[in-house]
Amino acid sequence: MPQDIQLLIGGEAGQGLVTIGQLLGKALVRSGQEIFTSQSYHSRIRGGHNTFAIRMGTGPFFASRESIDILVALNAETLELHREQLTEGALLIADTDFAPERPGTIAVPFAELGPEKLWNTAALALLGQILGLAPEPLHQAVEAMFGQKHQEVLAENREIMEKSREWAENHAPAHDFTLKSPPAAGAARLLLSGNEAIALGALAGGLKFCAFYPMTPATSIVVELIAHADSMGCVIEQAEDEIAAINMAIGAAFAGAPAMVATSGGGFALMAEGVSLAAMTETPVMIVVGQRPGPATGMPTRTEQADLEFVLHAGHGEFPRAIYTPGSIEDCFELTAKALTLAERSQSPVFLLTDQFLADATRPVAPFDLAAISPVRAGTDPRNLPTPYQRYRLTPDGLSPRLLPGQSEYLVVADSDEHDEDGHLSEDHGLRIAMVKKRLGKLKLLKDQVVAPTLEGEKNAALLLVCWGSSLGPVREAAAILNTQGRRVAVLHFSQVWPLIPDQFRETLEAADQVVCVEGNATGQFARLIRRETGFAIPDRIGRYDGLPFTARYILDHLENLEAA
Amino acid sequence: MTTIEDYGKFETAWCPGCGNFGILNALKKALVACDLAPHQILLVSGIGQAAKAPHYLKANVFNGLHGRSLPAALGARLANPELTVIAESGDGCLYGEGGNHFLAALRRNLDLTILAHDNRVYGLTKGQASPTSERGMVTKTQPHGAFAPPFNPVAVAVTMGASFVARGYAGMPEHLADLIATAIKHRGTALVDILQPCVSFNKVNTYQWYKEHCYELPAAHDPTSLDDALRIALEFGDRIPLGIIYRTERPLFEEQFEALKQGPLAGQEVSRERLQKIMLGYA
Repeated sequence: MPQDIQLLIGGEAGQGLVTIGQLLGKALVRSGQEIFTSQSYHSRIRGGHNTFAIRMGTGPFFASRESIDILVALNAETLELHREQLTEGALLIADTDFAPERPGTIAVPFAELGPEKLWNTAALALLGQILGLAPEPLHQAVEAMFGQKHQEVLAENREIMEKSREWAENHAPAHDFTLKSPPAAGAARLLLSGNEAIALGALAGGLKFCAFYPMTPATSIVVELIAHADSMGCVIEQAEDEIAAINMAIGAAFAGAPAMVATSGGGFALMAEGVSLAAMTETPVMIVVGQRPGPATGMPTRTEQADLEFVLHAGHGEFPRAIYTPGSIEDCFELTAKALTLAERSQSPVFLLTDQFLADATRPVAPFDLAAISPVRAGTDPRNLPTPYQRYRLTPDGLSPRLLPGQSEYLVVADSDEHDEDGHLSEDHGLRIAMVKKRLGKLKLLKDQVVAPTLEGEKNAALLLVCWGSSLGPVREAAAILNTQGRRVAVLHFSQVWPLIPDQFRETLEAADQVVCVEGNATGQFARLIRRETGFAIPDRIGRYDGLPFTARYILDHLENLEAA
Repeated sequence: MTTIEDYGKFETAWCPGCGNFGILNALKKALVACDLAPHQILLVSGIGQAAKAPHYLKANVFNGLHGRSLPAALGARLANPELTVIAESGDGCLYGEGGNHFLAALRRNLDLTILAHDNRVYGLTKGQASPTSERGMVTKTQPHGAFAPPFNPVAVAVTMGASFVARGYAGMPEHLADLIATAIKHRGTALVDILQPCVSFNKVNTYQWYKEHCYELPAAHDPTSLDDALRIALEFGDRIPLGIIYRTERPLFEEQFEALKQGPLAGQEVSRERLQKIMLGYA
């Protein structure tokens, strides 16, 4: 029997709930369990209500569930906010001070177990006991966090964890949430967030330079890169603003460093002129946009998929671009490495469009095969080039030899003005046409490299759910639930939304009885793009724009509404 | 040995009598004095009449966006610390549109040279007031005269702790060539604010006006004294001092990066072994 347990830890910022969640997640993965974690910050409620959710069991899981089996309430507010979500037979773990009288409540006398600063590890051990985890993986996770240097801290944590576990053995009621033994433990798995996978993908892809201005939810990519910059030979620089960040990245790329920037909608708005500069000077740059709800500052710690049209059109003038939209942790890694390579090959801006949900969510994944990825090398070999060297030599495929300044005696001249083949500014109208065609001609390379959408399920489905980017997980789960009910549901997911090759998916759209586009915005941006490119009008849409990620329940409820209508 | 001929001769888009000619010639002389070959140099500019200067000599060139010469220059220098990087643009580009980058660049102190063609007016867009225009200068877009007092780049640079601050004048090409050569040789960010007439749009600060107001700093001026430098930097009115106003030694920004100790980033291999170890740290 499959097992599917949803745990939610809620409390105020500073109560250590993220620590409990991360340590438990690590221990669960090391114990061979499948998990999916997501974080949420209810910044609109005074006092700040944060949650850390872990779904665990036999999985694999690609999204959180709305209903909760085990609720750990670090404050009374958590009880009020999440009481409605509790499943029948759910456990509710809270301090004796505010634990309610109801079946399944475990009122824990935390004050008797130890000092308040250790209550989070006490809760961790208690959860471990309830779930039937061996004590060692939890102790190891705590040790890894504090390090061997702090022996006395480790000792007091171990003491309260043992006490807490013993208390739970004697006081926890009977319940259904003991984890089944996983199949024989396989190879080590990585517990990665989307942003951590992007950072690893960038390093594997040959990244050498990143400039950024801090902005949620993109910052953690850069934090991860900086942690490894010295050992991996990267220069990471916090710029004075996002305009500087992208111009620095372009300058670095021009001089030979595979480069990226990472930001969110507002910061990307400032970068728009730089996107155009990369296109005109034909300088490779990878741009990661982690979406959050806008307009303007919007909801900074929440999620949305509403910047698709913005990223598709950002930058004045006409030029080709590619936009990847990862749907999983694995996609984040692979598409980031691919984006760096494609940026260099096409000498163009290439985008990775993700969002807060995917950025912060974690899931165990198999270690990546690093040998399968060739790190990008900047520029062309200066030997054997036709002379005189011309940076923007007109060629049939629009690609000119990109030399690096200072690499040889050849001079490299790049200009944001329209320019001649030498790179010097020109107002010749005939040349202008040739240069526009040259730049647009690179679209062919981008099209040749397109990652085709994936179809899960049969082509003549009764219901086809179309989605892009991070919606894949919850959409896939909703489809699986419907399929167990005897429906014929398929999922068409786009991990690249531009350029689109209609021949890759038009038939699939036409073959399904019903097509519904599921995307995290209010106006159906991707459905509109599909119609523009294929003429196929997707009749039904499910959008979400309350700041929260899709869940299977949300999608199923809205499908029912569509059918009722 | 590099000669001035190595830097070539180009037709320009500048008005006859433009101060830019003097600056271009001084730059070429300075590069020869530093014995730098064209391929060792990267000129990074923004947009404006001054920002076209890099097209008029042989060198590597990145002519980027208006206001953004400094971040692009910084990125290039951080990718390849073997390049001699010179950011060259006008007062509108460097002090107006790019003001934030100007402050940040001075704070960082990379080994790069900033040549600011300061004609105190917008030339390419035909004569609007610039950040350094005199108070009361009447233009089509400031019909009642420029209201705000002019930005003093030299004083700002000194107070920001810039490691080399100088002022030159396009009408004194020998003096200017010396200043630029010294700036290029300086280890750190070197600002040379270069006053220049704009014969088409600035009818106030003419060759005659500069002749009457500029004077060369006497040998007695000690540019290593912050107090003296501040006093001199704030002198901008009836008399305008020219020369090296301030210089000091500061650690180079580039030196903090481990990766740059191995030279240009382009030539460095990605270590799969180290990455494998990093990756397995997430297990």
